[in-house]
Amino acid sequence: MAESLNAYLYVGALLFAIGALGVLVRRSLIVVLLSIELMLQGVNLTMGAFAVFNEDMGGYVLMLISLTIAAAESVVGLAILVTVSRRVTELYSDRLKSLRW
Amino acid sequence: MLIEYPWLIPLAPLVAFGINGLLGPRYLKKATGVIGSTGILVAFLLTVAMWRQGEYGQATLFQWVASGSLTVDVGFLVDELTIVMLLVVTGVSFLVHVYSIGYMAHDRSFARFFAWLPLFVFSMVMLVMANNFLTLFVFWELVGVCSYLLIGFWHDRESANNAAMKAFLVNRVGDFGFAIAVFMIFWNFRTLEYGEVLANLDSVESSTLLIIALLLFVGAMGKSAQFPLHIWLPDAMEGPTPVSALIHAATMVTAGVYMVARTIPIFEVHSAALIVVGGIGAFTALFAATIALAQTDIKRVLAYSTISQLGLMFLGLASGAYVAAIFHLATHAFFKALLFLGSGSVIHAMQDEQEMTKYGALRRKLKWTYGTFLVGGLALSAIFPLAGFWSKDEILAGAFIRGISGDGNPIFAFYWVVGLTVSLLTAFYTFRMVIMTFHGDARDKELHESAHESPAVMIVPLVVLALLAAGAGAVLGFPPEEGMVHDFLHNVPGTAHFELSGVQTIAIALAVISTAVALLGALSAYMIYSRRRPRAESIGRLVPGMHTLLYRKYYVDEIVDYGIVAVTKVIGFILWAIDAKIVDGLVNLLGWIVRSLSAVTRRVQTGQVQNYVFIMALGAVVSVGALAVFR
Repeated sequence: MAESLNAYLYVGALLFAIGALGVLVRRSLIVVLLSIELMLQGVNLTMGAFAVFNEDMGGYVLMLISLTIAAAESVVGLAILVTVSRRVTELYSDRLKSLRW
Repeated sequence: MLIEYPWLIPLAPLVAFGINGLLGPRYLKKATGVIGSTGILVAFLLTVAMWRQGEYGQATLFQWVASGSLTVDVGFLVDELTIVMLLVVTGVSFLVHVYSIGYMAHDRSFARFFAWLPLFVFSMVMLVMANNFLTLFVFWELVGVCSYLLIGFWHDRESANNAAMKAFLVNRVGDFGFAIAVFMIFWNFRTLEYGEVLANLDSVESSTLLIIALLLFVGAMGKSAQFPLHIWLPDAMEGPTPVSALIHAATMVTAGVYMVARTIPIFEVHSAALIVVGGIGAFTALFAATIALAQTDIKRVLAYSTISQLGLMFLGLASGAYVAAIFHLATHAFFKALLFLGSGSVIHAMQDEQEMTKYGALRRKLKWTYGTFLVGGLALSAIFPLAGFWSKDEILAGAFIRGISGDGNPIFAFYWVVGLTVSLLTAFYTFRMVIMTFHGDARDKELHESAHESPAVMIVPLVVLALLAAGAGAVLGFPPEEGMVHDFLHNVPGTAHFELSGVQTIAIALAVISTAVALLGALSAYMIYSRRRPRAESIGRLVPGMHTLLYRKYYVDEIVDYGIVAVTKVIGFILWAIDAKIVDGLVNLLGWIVRSLSAVTRRVQTGQVQNYVFIMALGAVVSVGALAVFR
């Protein structure tokens, strides 16, 4: 059983890493948002795995809270993107630099 | 009874100021004239009541400053000197107010005028009623502020603004000396109340007292326009004529004389102080009188005459003819107010023309003005038996006796000679003025045609003042040295008074001499300006350049301009440069350093979201890695 916990953790870490890479390198803001979701799912998977293997309900609870917040967060994020899309023609992160020095 | 409420006297003009200042311009308009005059009249009547009750003393309104050993009350001192000053100030001011209703009738700032005027009187009343040096100083300054406001009353004229500024700045020079004197008085006496200071003169070294006295006199020189701080007074003519009358006769310039009179025991400790005061007074009297000879602006002649007469008052104070000096202050207030208001009436009739060269032959057109002006002129020339004769004669007699008596100083005999010369010149320029204005031929036909007598509201004050100028001297000052005014003032504490008993014959001889001299002056003016034998021009040619020198007022203004003002400007420029280049430079340098540094560091803020995220992720990795490695 211990070996299979590691397998879950590897998958979770991989998901998180792919998501982080996406956030760092992609220009399209929608893809960035999707990548953030991916990172969150990686974390959720890790927490779920720990809950199962440690037989601790706290992991499920944390996972559910995280999912709920993630849903709310995507709504806010998408709403911001809709607003921004009214100002710029293309939703690329390098177009939104007006708040720099 | 009234002595318990002395603050009622200044309250009346203050209320008038408040009403006129707040409601005047919008609601009251022409009614402000009546309100202002009423306020002053109430103050005058209260003063008369206080005088008739004959109770004197002190009263404290409230404690103003309490700090360590320094306590200052807003207190009132009422004694005979205060009463005389109050009667003169409120009485003359009332007449000036009434006159102003007529004179200022067509001015669009009528209400503003009648707001400042009672404030001026209020300040002056408080000044003479104060019982300590600090209150005196505060109202001393307030009088200065009011003079600034009134001289610059027509503030759309640049010359008026400049004159107001000049009056204020020149007064500051004097106030500086006065302020230091007040500091020194507190330092040495630990109190600022007149009574306590004058009672403890023995406890302070006489050399210190000499310095205090001279500094006090510097203050008096500024307010009372003594050489070399006299330059503001002739320029003060830029204000409306009633203001000139008020400044010259009742308020402002008499403040210096009053202050020296009030503190004369400090001066008497050291004879050097008296010699300086007498010397400056005598010199100023002569100096200003000679300038008055050549001026052609009617108000300027009167202005220099005021300076000259104030000089005589200081000479009187220094000679110990203390009562005579105050007496002269009072009579001078009457006849100088009369002359100024009279000249205002002439100027009014001549459509604001002030040059006497455009006047002439006005005596038939302006009968009342001429009559009253002549009375004022005779009083100013000290012709028997008008007011000026009694008071000025006593000042000169005081100087003479101070000069020949054992405990005096011979230099006062010299001052007496100067004073006599001044008498001669005074009579001369006064009659030159009268003849040029009212006699001879009309030099400007057009103006002469349109000239008309002033309305009754202006003439009545003139007549009242003429009666005072004619009669006050004899009523108050007869017999010499034993008249009402002497009787009234002789027991003011701390006033040394030279007794003339036993030298009555000398006094009469001196009176005859000074009258003869005055008549001589008047006669020569008549010969030169009316009969034209000899002609004025040929006399002017006797001493080449003399007329120009006098006409340009000895170039004092120019000397001050190039000597003091220019130097001050250069110093100011240097200081400005230091401030702008060095002080500001240092501050700007700091700012520049910070800005250059931030020009480099701010490039970190790219505005690229992913850069921030990258730094964040990097930070997280490094922190976690560090935890793993170093734990």
